Amino acid sequence: MQAGAGPGDVGGALMLGRKKLLIALLTLPALASFSSRASESVKLDRLPIEANASDHLVSLQRGAHAYVNYCFGCHSASYMRYNRLRDLGLTEQQIKSNLIFADVKVGDLMTNAMDRRSAKEWFGTAPPDLTVIARARSSGAGSGGDWLYTYLRSFYRDPSRPTGWNNVVFPNVGMPHVLYQLQGVQALKTEEQTLPGGHKEQARKLALEKPGTLSPLEYNRMAADLANFLVYMGEPSRQSRVAVGIYVLMFLGALFVLAFALKKEYWKDVH
Amino acid sequence: MAAAEKQPVTGAWILNGPLTWIDQRFPLVSLWKEHVSEYYAPKNFNFWYYFGSLAMFVLVIQIVSGIFLTMNYKPDAAQAFSSVEYIMRDVPGGWLIRYIHSTGASAFFICIYLHMFRALLYGSHRKPRELIWIFGVLIYLCLMAEAFFGYLLPWGQMSYWGAQVIVNLFGSVPFIGEDLAVWIRGDSVVSDATLNRFFAFHVIAVPLVLLGLVVAHIMALHEVGSNNPDGVEIKKHKDPKTGLPLDGIPFHPYYTVKDTLGVVVFLIVFCVIMFFMPEFGGYFLEYNNFIPADPLTTPPHIAPVWYFTPYYSILRAVPPVSISWPFSWHSQFPGVLAMGLAVIILFFLPWLDRSPVKSIRYKGALYKSWLAVFIVAFFVLGYLGTVPTNAWGQFGWLDNAERATVVARILTVIYFLFFLLMPWYSRRDKCKPEPDRVTWGGH
Repeated sequence: MQAGAGPGDVGGALMLGRKKLLIALLTLPALASFSSRASESVKLDRLPIEANASDHLVSLQRGAHAYVNYCFGCHSASYMRYNRLRDLGLTEQQIKSNLIFADVKVGDLMTNAMDRRSAKEWFGTAPPDLTVIARARSSGAGSGGDWLYTYLRSFYRDPSRPTGWNNVVFPNVGMPHVLYQLQGVQALKTEEQTLPGGHKEQARKLALEKPGTLSPLEYNRMAADLANFLVYMGEPSRQSRVAVGIYVLMFLGALFVLAFALKKEYWKDVH
Repeated sequence: MAAAEKQPVTGAWILNGPLTWIDQRFPLVSLWKEHVSEYYAPKNFNFWYYFGSLAMFVLVIQIVSGIFLTMNYKPDAAQAFSSVEYIMRDVPGGWLIRYIHSTGASAFFICIYLHMFRALLYGSHRKPRELIWIFGVLIYLCLMAEAFFGYLLPWGQMSYWGAQVIVNLFGSVPFIGEDLAVWIRGDSVVSDATLNRFFAFHVIAVPLVLLGLVVAHIMALHEVGSNNPDGVEIKKHKDPKTGLPLDGIPFHPYYTVKDTLGVVVFLIVFCVIMFFMPEFGGYFLEYNNFIPADPLTTPPHIAPVWYFTPYYSILRAVPPVSISWPFSWHSQFPGVLAMGLAVIILFFLPWLDRSPVKSIRYKGALYKSWLAVFIVAFFVLGYLGTVPTNAWGQFGWLDNAERATVVARILTVIYFLFFLLMPWYSRRDKCKPEPDRVTWGGH
């Protein structure tokens, strides 16, 4: 199943206003370049954020769809309930028919059947639960979304690894490149770059050697959708938090005026 | 009977009757007068005087939000992390309660640090307020314990390894260290047993002590009266007729309305952080703490929450001891000792300051400079405690010593010298004469 197939198969009735997102994706370098000097802290690409709310919702729907199709087999999201996905503008019926593949109820937690002990044997480390991964991956270098967006686009062929894959953002990662059929195969190349000052520097660059079924642009969008979804899943209450916060601050603003007037009134007779 | 002779309560409308009934059986009116309506405070309190009442306000916030958290939190190594996420997702309003509590923890320390700085500015610890200061330092110690115990509860990687590191510090105490650490943990590593006992300490033992100390702090304050930005005693000049301090105003209504304004401004700042940046860039909620505790995976960089980092820097700055005679001993104990002393030394502050004046307004350049250097040292130590010791690279000319470590060592010395040299420089300082009465520009 193609992840970039649009929101229709997730049941979304929302229209696509993708123009802005497209522009955002186009203006990003399709292939990330990494300086070898900063090999420990790779520069992260910014996760493109849709300017309007309905585009964002559609991205989240596509992300949820990609997640249950490509990630969920190994990565549980066991603090999240399926029916919470109603936040994404989906009905329970849509969630049941498009996002639940196991014999579970819509109010159940998003656990999977992977046995952690076996998984550890297969991959060297058990695939982590991804419910709050976007929050855990935040750092001074960028948001968790930035990290995930860059990570998903930074796999390259590396015969020295047991899986045959490596990642620039997460060196010696245990996970093989699950999405390689979509993205294609990248290789890590070292190039000599001349910096503005005439200084020469070794730069590592990812280059697409064999194209996948998605164009680089489509793949970038899919990575952005997945990252958006993981950011949402990390804190589903984020939207209500911001909305409630604005009302609370408006109330406090009014209270400030009252408290200030009250103080002034009482203190005018202190000499 | 004395009770029957009390004046009936007036001015409370329909509550006059019930309040009179209570007052004849309980010192209601006299307590109200002594601590609120007839507690005379100097009229010249400035910005720095908000943080005492704000600290009390945050204490209430923490207790109330904490009670609601315990209704859904599970102090069980297998369930703690997921119960926090359950609160964040499935408990109605749970995310709000959790963020109130996590933001409140940092807000508490901000208020306390500013409150303590106020004392350094205006000499609020000087005679006759030494005991208020000592109660205050005890409150600060309790708060550190409270924060430390509470930080284990979310059972994330930083919770776990932070607790592991701190408990191991006790393990460095000579002779009894290992047994002491096991006694604290209840196990040879931080485990379910540790989580359970830390929960008990966090939700009941330490808060009880904390509340008792806050009462003692305020009773001692009301016994001697508040200091003020001029550091002069308002009780020296009383109205000959009423016997009330000329520069004093009753706490209620003047400071109740003023502190209410302070609370509202505080809440605005608090809510901006809580609603729009609850992690506060990883300083209030550390990013690594969203990874469940894993006893088998040590994170590459373990940093305590920001309010402990100055002391953590001091700990790391002091080199470990390594001797082979008369017995083989390798230990971080000197650092642990320095960290402990850095807090304990605060108790002695009232006797270290020998200046003839209390307030910085009348102190000379020596004290002002030392205080400025001390504050810079405290902030830089705090920053260095959040980053790895190799953060600033190395000095090529100094045997490749880590720059950050060298700086932390110098600042640690400055931290201690601020206190240890105080008897000397505070006495030698060229002070200005104190005014007789408080200075007051009016409004």
